[in-house]
Amino acid sequence: MTTLAVDMPAVNPIYARRRRLDIVIRVLCLGAALFGVSWLALILFTLFWNGLAGLSLQVFTEMTPPPGSNSGGLLNAIVGSLLMTIIGVGIGAPLGMFAGTYMAEYGRYDRLTSVVRFINDILLSAPSIIIGLFVYGAVVVPMGGFSALAGSLALAVIVIPVVVRTTEDMLLLVPNPLREAASALGLPRSLVIRRVAYRAARAGIVTGMLLATARVAGETAPLLFTALSNQFWSLDLTSTMANLPVTINNFVQSPYDYWKQLAWAGALIITLAVLALNIGARILGAERTSK
Amino acid sequence: MAEIVVQGGSLEASGPFDRARALSAFKLSDNLFYWTTRIAALSVLGILGGIILSLIVGAWPAMKTFGFEFLWTQRWAPSAQPEPVLGALGPIYGTLVTSFIAMLIAVPVGLGIAIFLTELCPQWLRRPIGIAIELLAGIPSIIYGMWGFFVLGPFLANTFQPLMIGLFEGVPVLGDIFAGPPSYLSLFNASLILAIMVLPFITAVSRDVFDTVPPVLKEAAYGVGCTTWEVVRSVVIPYTRVGVIGGVMLALGRALGETMAVTFIIGNSFRISSSIFAPGTTISAAIASEFAESDGLHQSSLILLGLLLFILTFFVLAAARLMLMRLDRKAGK
Repeated sequence: MTTLAVDMPAVNPIYARRRRLDIVIRVLCLGAALFGVSWLALILFTLFWNGLAGLSLQVFTEMTPPPGSNSGGLLNAIVGSLLMTIIGVGIGAPLGMFAGTYMAEYGRYDRLTSVVRFINDILLSAPSIIIGLFVYGAVVVPMGGFSALAGSLALAVIVIPVVVRTTEDMLLLVPNPLREAASALGLPRSLVIRRVAYRAARAGIVTGMLLATARVAGETAPLLFTALSNQFWSLDLTSTMANLPVTINNFVQSPYDYWKQLAWAGALIITLAVLALNIGARILGAERTSK
Repeated sequence: MAEIVVQGGSLEASGPFDRARALSAFKLSDNLFYWTTRIAALSVLGILGGIILSLIVGAWPAMKTFGFEFLWTQRWAPSAQPEPVLGALGPIYGTLVTSFIAMLIAVPVGLGIAIFLTELCPQWLRRPIGIAIELLAGIPSIIYGMWGFFVLGPFLANTFQPLMIGLFEGVPVLGDIFAGPPSYLSLFNASLILAIMVLPFITAVSRDVFDTVPPVLKEAAYGVGCTTWEVVRSVVIPYTRVGVIGGVMLALGRALGETMAVTFIIGNSFRISSSIFAPGTTISAAIASEFAESDGLHQSSLILLGLLLFILTFFVLAAARLMLMRLDRKAGK
């Protein structure tokens, strides 16, 4: 009698079919995970393999080489990228933070806020090349030429929606009793926000800014026709400036092996920088949640 | 929260305390801050307005010259005499086809990984894989493009494409879709790179929303004897449909506008071919590879392409939002 009861499910054709289907799906899911992870592992492996081969002290100390030359580095491109990223974040982050502040603090139930949020979400995923076209039309043409300033502005336009989103989200998480307590002490609204809400949400807001920086550090498309690139050392914001992504873009498509090697080294540098920023943001985020 | 202490002593007037003055100083700085934030919020709208305006202004000459014919003209000859002939059909076709194939590959695989991570994976492995996927979503797209150009393209052209071409030769429709010759630069290669690129997005979003399913619901389903797949299909997916669709739409928006991962590997050919192994182009790839050296009507046409891309992504994202809102309402009932 007991053996019959145990064997029953296996005999029952409906149950057997359900179990077979379940096993098939499980195997497919495992396969999907292996498929996905192996592609991504392969990409990272190639990047590190070729990037480390191309990496040397020279890369950090010398300028980008002229065509056909077998020496040279990426110093001007690295400095240019750093400069443009800093200026871009420097312009975009405060603007995005103020906009997010308005949405979470002053206009929480406004119509304006819901419209801005909708538009901001669209800007957040708008193709970056469109932002390049916008800055080309709005800055490059009136200024009469490609410039590092235009490149920085393009990056700022990409930074803004990211910071707006995280600032709003983080300020919304700040418990209202904190604000009420501050108001009850007689603090004006702006001080409640600056001295209380900002402090409570500080880690989250900084995390958002780090993520925004990581996002623009590797942006190529909007720089292609705003900052362009050049071969020489230049810190002049009103002319073209070398930068890593566009330099990589140009070197990849070149016929010279040394240039391709430098492109891999540059790609590795960008990836490591982006990963470092992302990990930094994660650590900050984790600290906030554990507090 | 003891560290939150007001430190501002700056407003205390020297000498006898002047209440009226302090209050008016407060009021001034209050108003200043309010308007700063309000103007910043309005500037987000200003950016959108600026994008639309500058694209329309830039695209106007091309719109005037070509009119609606631009949409279904295939020929792209910027230096044709006496007048350049420019049509957007090739890039539009390429954009839609590459995104479609990419989503066809990435959505099932991404969902599969998410199911694996939330339902099947041993606990100790979940965090490392999850973190790896989030970090991979942050890798710049030019890296994917380089990898496609140097590694994936040659591999596909030498092994995968000859296999498929041989397999489907002579089959009516599929034979045309998988027609040779093999090529490093093709629509299919670009689609595959796009799929790999958006995979982390789909996985990360679906995993996050799968995690929001209350364990009680799943336990109840397991309790009445459901298999893992039945729990996923009948409990997890219906509960999280909103979020999953949102994630997929977000990934679609990325795929449509992705530039650098595609530009290297698509071949930049404006001719439409029935084979997905033939070179093609997308809107963003066309802009990226030609814009810096273009002028006049050619440049205006490229901006018009950009405008079309912006409208396309705008509608995808707006549709995603509206759909989410409708599903939200249904869930609320």
